[in-house]
Amino acid sequence: MSLDKDTVRRVAKLARIEVAEDRLEALGQELNQIIGFVEQLDEVDTSAVEPMTSVAKQKLRWRADKVTSGGQADKVTANAPASDMNFFVVPKVVE
Amino acid sequence: MTVKSELTSLTLADARDALARGETTSVELTEAYLAAIESARSLNAFVTETPEQAIDMARASDARRAAGTVGAMEGLPLGIKDLFCTRDVLSTASSHILDGFQPPYESTVTTNLWNAGAVMLGKLNMDEFAMGSSNETSHYGPVANPWRPEGDNRTYVPGGSSGGSASSVAAEIVIAATGTDTGGSIRQPASFTGIVGAKPTYGRCSRFGVVAFASSLDQAGPMTRTVRDAAIMLGSMVGFDPMDSTSVDMPVPNFESALTGDVRGMRIGIPAEYRIDDMPEEIETLWKQGEAWLKDAGAEIVPISLPHTKYALPAYYIVAPAEASSNLARYDGMRFGLRVDGGDLTETYEKTRAAGFGAEVQRRIMIGTYVLSAGYYDAYYLKAQKVRTLIGQDFEQAFGQVDAILTPTAPSAAFAAGEKSGDPIAMYLNDVFTVPASMAGLPGISVPAGLSAEGMPLGLQILAPAFDEMTMFRVAGVLEGAAEFTARPKKWWLS
Repeated sequence: MSLDKDTVRRVAKLARIEVAEDRLEALGQELNQIIGFVEQLDEVDTSAVEPMTSVAKQKLRWRADKVTSGGQADKVTANAPASDMNFFVVPKVVE
Repeated sequence: MTVKSELTSLTLADARDALARGETTSVELTEAYLAAIESARSLNAFVTETPEQAIDMARASDARRAAGTVGAMEGLPLGIKDLFCTRDVLSTASSHILDGFQPPYESTVTTNLWNAGAVMLGKLNMDEFAMGSSNETSHYGPVANPWRPEGDNRTYVPGGSSGGSASSVAAEIVIAATGTDTGGSIRQPASFTGIVGAKPTYGRCSRFGVVAFASSLDQAGPMTRTVRDAAIMLGSMVGFDPMDSTSVDMPVPNFESALTGDVRGMRIGIPAEYRIDDMPEEIETLWKQGEAWLKDAGAEIVPISLPHTKYALPAYYIVAPAEASSNLARYDGMRFGLRVDGGDLTETYEKTRAAGFGAEVQRRIMIGTYVLSAGYYDAYYLKAQKVRTLIGQDFEQAFGQVDAILTPTAPSAAFAAGEKSGDPIAMYLNDVFTVPASMAGLPGISVPAGLSAEGMPLGLQILAPAFDEMTMFRVAGVLEGAAEFTARPKKWWLS
């Protein structure tokens, strides 16, 4: 499989990264080199193999569904590029 | 009192003992390191120096000692990789997109170290978001390896991604440093700079407050001058943490007590598949030498097979970018760091991420996005997860026959800056010997074992079964003793 210009444009859109039109081709070649490399995996017969979902052979723990460290809105918003009265200020989303 | 230049050449264990005997103080030790850091700025090992905080912490440590409270890392000044969140101190992951980010919380690993009495000297440079093997992808510029061949004035890379950590430990401007290892980011730079780097079993160190790259692989670990130092420091980093859902609730042994110096009767595996094409002869020779050292110490050398070794790296370059593309989705310019305004919300996201992420990070996010996208998930991501199972089974079978595995850490010595930065795949191949254990979540350590023909350090790697760091340290200690690696880089940055 190889990534053509349209695929690279679509992937960049999905990843929310602006890529200039004249960079799409070169970027596609870089990505194809990596995809070509990982496609070696096609040689491995995995028909009877379960996928690994966790290296640590343990069940995820349960915890009580309760607030453990709430009431810190000022700290939560302290690093925001724009904030006002403990709210994040973002570009207009709904018209 | 010890003179200052001698202070910075003490190992962590020796400094600990000198402090205990009252021969020096944490303030004196910390001042010696702060002066050394100032003299070595040309290495570019630090993103942020925190001298005032360091002196405050050292004073508090001396006061605790006077009051009779002494932690395992009491008064020892450390460098912290800039992937660890440190409260109210700039934490960047060496990325432009985290401009100005001062976390309101502290990572569990650093909390544990401060609770054990350690002192923070500052935050160390690294590859952006830990993606790289040469520390050339940092927004804050490349880090220099303190080592370079005789008569060669070019800058050599310290390896990566924990390049600032490796460089600063080797240059003796920190007593030890934290690192993180996703596919080799502790062990490969340790090998490139002639120091010890240990990655514990996945789940030993909490990932809480460590900027996430690939969550199923990321593990923190110590980077130190000796195996004993690594054992001491790891003991103060690990431990169960309810804030990390994959943190393992298991008793923590006294790692330092593993250093018995005795490997008689132990079985050491030599995996045939690690003998790769185009491996430089000096790496092969060093590996054989390591085998001979352990045999002379009374261990039994056992040839083993890890049949899926060659597929670990390609599987890694699906799993790691896939997890990264998901983890790095949080950098959207809304809640922290950089924002570049666009015409609407989507354009603001796109412009922020284009300006905030460097080329390698963008590449990996896009690979990850592609392999997870509709129609490709089974062919890439699911396939890689299945191969990962096979890699884990290889190790399980091997550890049925042997106690530990000996391999080279990296397929070469450190290279000159710029030599591989144009070719992603050539760069990825640096991690060919470290990635398989990462994929299986196993503990591994790099021990400095010799010098290349050009006089650059080379490391050997010991791998052990999951949660058997004791065996890892025990074998590593014997290897270190036999290798007698005493070479040090010339301090060219002082002139």
